[in-house]
Amino acid sequence: MQKFILRRLAITVVTLILVSLIVFVMARASGDPRTLLLDDYASTEMWDELGVELGLDKPLYIQYAIFLGDALLLDFGDSVIDNQPVTATILERLPATLQLGAAAFIFSLVIGIPLGILSSIRRDSFWDQVGKLVALLGQSMPPFWLGIMMIFFFAVMLGWVPPSGRYEWNSFVLPAITLGWFTVAANMRIVRSAMLDSLDTEYIKLARAKGVSETQIIWKHALKNAVIPPLTFMGITLGTLVTGSIVAETVFAWPGIGLLAFDALRQSDYSLLQGIVVFFAVMYLGTSLLVDILYAYLDPRIRYS
Amino acid sequence: MADTVLVTRPPSSVNPLQWIRRLRRRHIILGISVFLLLLVAGTGILAPLIAPHDPHKGNLADQKLPTAWIGERTTTKIVVEFPEPGLSHRQISISRAQRINPDAALGEEVAVVLRDGGKSRYLLGTDDLGRDILSRIIYGARISLIIAGVTLGIGGAIGTGLGLIAGYFGKLVDELLMRIVDIFLALPLVLVALVLVVAVGQSFFITTMVLVLFIWVRFARQIRGEVLQLKTMDYVSLAKVAGASTPRILFIHLFPGVINTLIVVATLQVSIVILVESTLSFLGAGVPPPTPAWGSMVADGRDFLADAWWISTMPGVAILLTVLSLNLFGDWLRDRLDPKLRQLN
Repeated sequence: MQKFILRRLAITVVTLILVSLIVFVMARASGDPRTLLLDDYASTEMWDELGVELGLDKPLYIQYAIFLGDALLLDFGDSVIDNQPVTATILERLPATLQLGAAAFIFSLVIGIPLGILSSIRRDSFWDQVGKLVALLGQSMPPFWLGIMMIFFFAVMLGWVPPSGRYEWNSFVLPAITLGWFTVAANMRIVRSAMLDSLDTEYIKLARAKGVSETQIIWKHALKNAVIPPLTFMGITLGTLVTGSIVAETVFAWPGIGLLAFDALRQSDYSLLQGIVVFFAVMYLGTSLLVDILYAYLDPRIRYS
Repeated sequence: MADTVLVTRPPSSVNPLQWIRRLRRRHIILGISVFLLLLVAGTGILAPLIAPHDPHKGNLADQKLPTAWIGERTTTKIVVEFPEPGLSHRQISISRAQRINPDAALGEEVAVVLRDGGKSRYLLGTDDLGRDILSRIIYGARISLIIAGVTLGIGGAIGTGLGLIAGYFGKLVDELLMRIVDIFLALPLVLVALVLVVAVGQSFFITTMVLVLFIWVRFARQIRGEVLQLKTMDYVSLAKVAGASTPRILFIHLFPGVINTLIVVATLQVSIVILVESTLSFLGAGVPPPTPAWGSMVADGRDFLADAWWISTMPGVAILLTVLSLNLFGDWLRDRLDPKLRQLN
């Protein structure tokens, strides 16, 4: 177990270092920051002075070390968009992103799991067909397009929900569906196959032979063993929710971190974007690390595979 | 052998109707998806010959025309001297009415065209700059095709090569390469793409590079797993005993064994490449404009949903149908060529 945790931790740390390295190298590749900060009338002395102030006179590896140190202290400088410290801007937007992520996560569970169960116990029925269609569309439909089409039907044509922004509860519906769409399909597929495996085991046959009612077999015996695989998948799910939030928040002008990333891209605000990328990477890698460890704790087979 | 009776099926009656009826639904769906894939590939390759209009040049007189099958939208308004404020949707001033119909008089009703109907010249309508959407979709297919080709070529070659090496040498080499694979799988690549674009700008090179980073690991993993099994086969040991060099074993003896897997992985990866590429271009981090990429076309139409829904809809349908067909075809291919892979996904 310790070996497993250490290995996963090492991968996470190395990945984070790689992300920070990419961010750092790209920051230097994008040009000398002094060209943005000083005008044409700046003297050579001012130029050099600012270089010393920004640490540009030091060798690259020391600059990188300084960058890493600042990142550990959550200091990414000021954003160009609103002249605030990047960390403050990100934290300000965090609640909106977390709310949307939670809504999408709940949506994917509430739709995905029952649909998976239904399609596994009634194979080739109407619900199984619906499930297959959802799984296929979940794999194939670009989420940004789904969001725009839903805006067109439910906001522009029917006027049931606001087309964008974060207001009443009903403004959550479309963004949550857009963000959770892919995960619904994934949850459904996983629950379905786990249920099918579980229904095929000896203890289910024994329960049937004993005369246990079908409802009990499905809900008590089979389902309990079928919820573990979707749990493992949760780590990946949370990861896709992070990346997906850029798309969903952009489509719905949802004032979260994803939209902030899009705005930073539009306005070429590099310090803001690097803060967001590091933040997202920590969140994404951190949650998947936690989920993996939790799961290895629950299921010993994982540790040794 | 003389006394064995060769049992064959009776010659099936060549009745096309019966043949069609015997086709399963699965085959019909497969047929449609293969047809769509050929269509996308064909139009992409022959884009300059097929596209009815220039994808870059718009005609400003033909802005936001709907698809060819949608008629004009009209409404009737009452002609008054001066329309009351806020009633412009029901009333029209006499001077304007007479421009539409010279005989219009006060108190009469006049039919006003709110939106022009579609023109057969523009089958799927035009966008806000008056560019033909169909032509842009056709050229977009070309872009998707080129990107998918380049990405799979480079990413597939790197992934297959490293997968072969990792699987064959095993031990430390394998451990090292697979840890690198794990790291790349954990990398949030859409974010990396955004960073690259802000730092050095949008370009075809950046887009394909990000997609190559995204894709080579998936090849490496699958191929490596396959090689781990293949290398225990007797013929590989015999080749070694016979004195075959390592490159020879890798490329002449092991590589042919993984080609089926390679084809299946490649087909399923094309759909992922197209989805990720369209997401990047939707966010403005893909191939730079004015190149008509499907994702950026969807983004272009976002602001005109209320009066021109087709601008966003049509390119999205193109993405959906292409990816759907690729997934259906890939699943079929996987079942056909490599039943082992079914468990992996």
